[in-house]
Amino acid sequence: MNMKWLEQWFEKIEPKGKMSWLGSTYEAFHTFAFTPKTVTRSGSHLRDAVDMKRSIIILVIALLPALLFGMWNIGYQTSTATGAGWGWFYCWWFGFVRMLPMIVVSYVVGLFIEFAFAQVRHHEVNEGFLATGLIIPMIVPVTTPLWQLALAVAFAVIIGKEVFGGSGMNFLNPALVARAFLFFSYPTHMSGDKVWIASGMWHNDAIAGATPMGELATGMNPSASALSMLLGNIPGSAGETSVVAIAIGAVLLLLTGIASWRIMLSVFIGGGAMGLLFNLIGYNEYMQLPFYYHFLMGGFAFGAVFMATDPVTAAQTNCGKWIYGLLIGAFAVLLRVCNPAYPEGMMLSILFMNCMAPLIDHLVVNSNIKMRAKRGKEAAK
Amino acid sequence: MKNTDLIKLPFSKNNPILVQVLGVCSCLAVTAQLKPAFVMAISVTVVVALANLIISLMRNTIPPRIRIIVQLVVVSTLVVLVDQVLKAYVYDVSKQLSVFVGLIITNCIVMGRLEAFAMVQKPWPSLLDGIGNGLGYSVILIVLGAVRELFGSGSLWGFPVMEKLGLYRIGYENNGLMIMPPMALILVGLIIWWHRSKNKELCEQ
Repeated sequence: MNMKWLEQWFEKIEPKGKMSWLGSTYEAFHTFAFTPKTVTRSGSHLRDAVDMKRSIIILVIALLPALLFGMWNIGYQTSTATGAGWGWFYCWWFGFVRMLPMIVVSYVVGLFIEFAFAQVRHHEVNEGFLATGLIIPMIVPVTTPLWQLALAVAFAVIIGKEVFGGSGMNFLNPALVARAFLFFSYPTHMSGDKVWIASGMWHNDAIAGATPMGELATGMNPSASALSMLLGNIPGSAGETSVVAIAIGAVLLLLTGIASWRIMLSVFIGGGAMGLLFNLIGYNEYMQLPFYYHFLMGGFAFGAVFMATDPVTAAQTNCGKWIYGLLIGAFAVLLRVCNPAYPEGMMLSILFMNCMAPLIDHLVVNSNIKMRAKRGKEAAK
Repeated sequence: MKNTDLIKLPFSKNNPILVQVLGVCSCLAVTAQLKPAFVMAISVTVVVALANLIISLMRNTIPPRIRIIVQLVVVSTLVVLVDQVLKAYVYDVSKQLSVFVGLIITNCIVMGRLEAFAMVQKPWPSLLDGIGNGLGYSVILIVLGAVRELFGSGSLWGFPVMEKLGLYRIGYENNGLMIMPPMALILVGLIIWWHRSKNKELCEQ
């Protein structure tokens, strides 16, 4: 692709003199078009050998299978619930039309705030929101009103990120902050059985249809089979239903080394171990549920692959990553089974461990220092 | 320090909540609605002012080693009085405030002003200092109470503002997070942010 014309055009409009206050905005678009040859030197990517822009773009690509499948599934669920019997492309088109406004609102609101803060504080615009802005519409029900989504995105970007200094300084995952805001602010739109299936393309009513986790929370066994939970043609948020689509994204993230395999693996080990422990107790039907069901239901897989591995908010040390991941999985299953008020435990468990990550790192580093000091003393003897 | 400053400073550069960061606990707990927040604000102001005055009058006779106990006796007497008055005249609000009226005893603003000011100052400035700090606390409480009730329950002092404006008909909904204490903490944080940006000299390095 010949980019020369674009480069010349950029040179022409470079803000100088009176217009130089627009510098950050110009810089953001300029570097977006021309991937820098250098490695960025500040913020979250300090520890990384690649530029943040590239890792975020790969993350966005990894999200696409889940997103595209989620769009089809939105249409499929409506088609099944209304008995319309649409073809696969019309199902996808229906979901696309439903999802597009959410994605646009999320990006416009979030990027506007990011640019405003970058401009006021005279720092460069970070690319982190390109992924966050796509994840947020994927983890909320499709019938979420757009103004509530906009409010949640604004809250997440300002309170979850910018007050701490922007991308790389936030200790909570901004996408989960947005979801938590919606969950506690407008609970009737975020859980229950009347939010997951859109009734039509242009109006925002919902058709009743419970997710497997919703059914379990009310004491029923899930009506969907393990296979359809794996494939993902069940009611749920757009991104979370299909474990297969998430797995494709996970492979890409692991091959490129963007996400930590330690965290991903340990979340599943932690969740599985907790599930097995509950199987041993076997007090009620939820506890007797086979442990692998926890991987297939709700946002467990999506959280483990795309949210727990967020390099900014996760633990940084290798040993810390294991502890961090194990506890996320264990707490998520614990919350699901033992707390009927919160049908899905993944969000709260990741947010909780986000808060604990610095403490874990501190303990790991300190115990390492102590161990080596002891070894040094023994060697000196 | 001039006497007028004793009233003025707690509103701006020496606000008990925004700058001294005292009394945050009660300001998270009682501000879900405007009415209890207002009653709480008045109660604390009365207790701080009178406790400051009484301790200041007694300050030369209090042995330093037992001064905290003496202060506590004075404060708890006043709190019991306030509690009885509330129960007599605004019983429903008193029910809503429940334990938090009694907990005025442990409100850091009260003890803080007694220790820092009333123990070493004359009665008149002490009374003014108590009133000033009480009102500085009240302002924040009332702002929080108004914002949280307006967006959390859609009303102000029980009057259904949002319903009268017809917002529910066009799809507006009350924000459940607003009536939870965490949001009060975030709101206090936002007020402190705004306040610090107006008073740069207060920023910690």
